[in-house]
Amino acid sequence: MSANVPNIDQLVRSEYKYGFVSEIDTDSLPPGINEEVIREISARKGEPQFLLEWRLKAYRHWTTLKEPHWAKAVYPPIDYQAISYYAAPRSKARYSSMDEVDPELLKTFEKLGIPLSERARLAGVAVDAVMDSVSVATTFQKELEQYGIIFCSFSEAVRNHPDLVEKYLGSVVPYTDNFFASLNSAVFSDGSFCYIPKGVRCPMELSTYFRINAAKTGQFERTLIVADEGSRVSYLEGCTAPIRDENQLHAAVVELVALEGAEIKYSTVQNWYPGDREGRGGIYNFVTKRGVCKGRRSKISWTQVETGSAITWKYPSCVLLGEESVGEFYSVAVTNNRQQADTGTKMIHIGRNTRSTIVSKGISAGEGQNSYRGLVVMKKSAANARNFSQCDSLLIGDRCGAHTFPWIQVMNPTATVEHEATTSKIGEDQIFYCNQRGISRQDAVNMIVNGFCKEVFRELPMEFAVEAQKLLSVTLEGSVG
Amino acid sequence: MQPILEIDQLEAGVQGKQILKGISLKIYPGEMHAIMGPNGSGKSTLASILAGRDGYEIIRGRVLYQGRNLLELSPEDRAREGVFLAFQYPVEIPGVNSAYFLKAALNEVRKYRGMPELDAIEFLALVKEKIKLLDLDEELLKRPVNVGFSGGEKKRNEVLQMAVLEPRLAVLDETDSGLDIDALKIVANGVNCLRKPDNAQLVITHYQRLLDHIVPDKVHVLVDGRIVMSAGKELALELESKGYDWIVREAKRVN
Ligand SMILES: Nc1ncnc2c1ncn2[C@@H]1O[C@H](COP(=O)(O)OP(=O)(O)OP(=O)(O)O)[C@@H](O)[C@H]1O
Ligand SMILES: [Mg+2]
Repeated sequence: MSANVPNIDQLVRSEYKYGFVSEIDTDSLPPGINEEVIREISARKGEPQFLLEWRLKAYRHWTTLKEPHWAKAVYPPIDYQAISYYAAPRSKARYSSMDEVDPELLKTFEKLGIPLSERARLAGVAVDAVMDSVSVATTFQKELEQYGIIFCSFSEAVRNHPDLVEKYLGSVVPYTDNFFASLNSAVFSDGSFCYIPKGVRCPMELSTYFRINAAKTGQFERTLIVADEGSRVSYLEGCTAPIRDENQLHAAVVELVALEGAEIKYSTVQNWYPGDREGRGGIYNFVTKRGVCKGRRSKISWTQVETGSAITWKYPSCVLLGEESVGEFYSVAVTNNRQQADTGTKMIHIGRNTRSTIVSKGISAGEGQNSYRGLVVMKKSAANARNFSQCDSLLIGDRCGAHTFPWIQVMNPTATVEHEATTSKIGEDQIFYCNQRGISRQDAVNMIVNGFCKEVFRELPMEFAVEAQKLLSVTLEGSVG
Repeated sequence: MQPILEIDQLEAGVQGKQILKGISLKIYPGEMHAIMGPNGSGKSTLASILAGRDGYEIIRGRVLYQGRNLLELSPEDRAREGVFLAFQYPVEIPGVNSAYFLKAALNEVRKYRGMPELDAIEFLALVKEKIKLLDLDEELLKRPVNVGFSGGEKKRNEVLQMAVLEPRLAVLDETDSGLDIDALKIVANGVNCLRKPDNAQLVITHYQRLLDHIVPDKVHVLVDGRIVMSAGKELALELESKGYDWIVREAKRVN
């Protein structure tokens, strides 16, 4: 009819806001991977012997592995010899103050909404800013030191706290874990390290902001968080990348260790460049994230909002070793245009009376494909363990897809596992109902999507929940069908 | 005086099938009109076209709302201009809180009219006032829009929204269906309270019993996409006792 209802194709025009490239002189290794490259990375970073050996073992193991393809994602083979495994902004290796940092770098992060300078830094949030392969700056370090909290780049931790690194590196995700974790172990460049001492409640949010800038490089960062007995920390990571036609590989590893009574809350707002509407370019986000609840009554909670990347392959998991320990996974994954996401979690119950909760919200729009893949294991020792899983899918339009692959293994008869799943669709009649009350199409979709994700957003730190909502609405801009 | 709604020789269809075959109607400020007619005669189609639902082809004719071409406005702008449709089948919107939804709707309308938006407290005060009119449980506002509402609650919720949005033209599509006797009185009372000298209402119904409570200025009978008879409220009574057959025959004879 004559009323000008905008059609879908006119509407799907969402712009990726963070797609700019910074003019920064980059020092990078030529493409390719072999033992020499690994020795070179290690040498450039001035690493101790144990770390070089660990890298080499990881590399040798990696060469025996095949790229996994069980995920519900389609992509051409990756040429691992065409990737550069090290790229660093070419400037001083360490800065004694923020004033020495290349202004162009500071500008980049400022543009991304992450001011790093003493004057402008975000209140109440300590930030480690990582560009390509290296950490650029970490704010609030001195303030945190007063509490005995170590929050620094991974490289810094290797230099200043080698004992802690040696003790925990690979203790949760061994270098043999999987193809991408092995690759990461061999070539990882930087990332964040965080240690919260006994009984300390971290007084501010810790966060790492990852930025890929250089072309034809992979990003392989590693994050290690150790929460000692009775401590508490809330950590958040964010990420963006420039718009480029080629796909770029991001294969990170995150390890969390919670000792007795400790609590780690790990939140992710993932907004890597997703590729264009035809599926050209975008980040392959192949990430291994795992936490171990080592001590009694420890707790690890993963919250993720995944809106970016061409392909997402990640399963933030919890190994519930300590008695009465608690694992949680709250996830919103959005796929629009040609994006593919295969994500979920693993909850491995080993200790008695362990509990886990899984809340997964998948949103598919355009031609996006969204899969939830989850594994809940109740080991023989996990008496009275409990899991509750809820997986909901929301479809926007007719060309997208949602899939759920829940796996359950119960070896202890006293354990209970509950699984609920729903699939719904934003209907034309729902949108019209909203329109008839004066609410635009886009606002109607946002409203319905936000309602759908409420339970997960609630888990995010306040200031980021608002960010996440905005991000979601940008990602879904015009995806109404 | 300018009519609030003027429909002139409107012919329209859906998927190549003509449903409305020439409808003309004028509703002036302060008036309430009723449309009756057998199932499938095109009543909801007319309501949908007035509200701007997608998928209908206008074959001929025009619709003026306060002198403006209504058909060229988007559905949301029609709503913001004061056109309200109480749906025959209100849809459920899981996850979206009723109060939040209604506040968003009201503020869209207010924004459009250059009025300041209401904050949560002001809105709540307003809605509490209106909810009394409909004798609805305030708890409903905390639930997702229409989700798990009983049939009657859905219908009353439509009238609540109408009371909050204060439209200039309200189209009520079988808002009386599925209501028990008490609820019918409550809804009728609500609708009566919303009758103002400067607004207009178009009530689609199958039952005389609604018209016992809300007295229309005119009753139109829609049969097979045409208004075959228009008269005062007595017509409703006659239809109730005699059915539609005679009127169809009558219409054929006249044509
Ligand atoms: N989308 C559609 N596709 C095909 N036919 C349709 C469509 N929508 C309505 N119709 C047909 O148009 C005719 C009029 O339907 P409409 O819903 O307007 O009737 P009504 O007068 O409101 O009936 P009731 O009293 O049962 O509510 C019916 O024959 C219906 O089947
Ligand atoms: Mg009808």
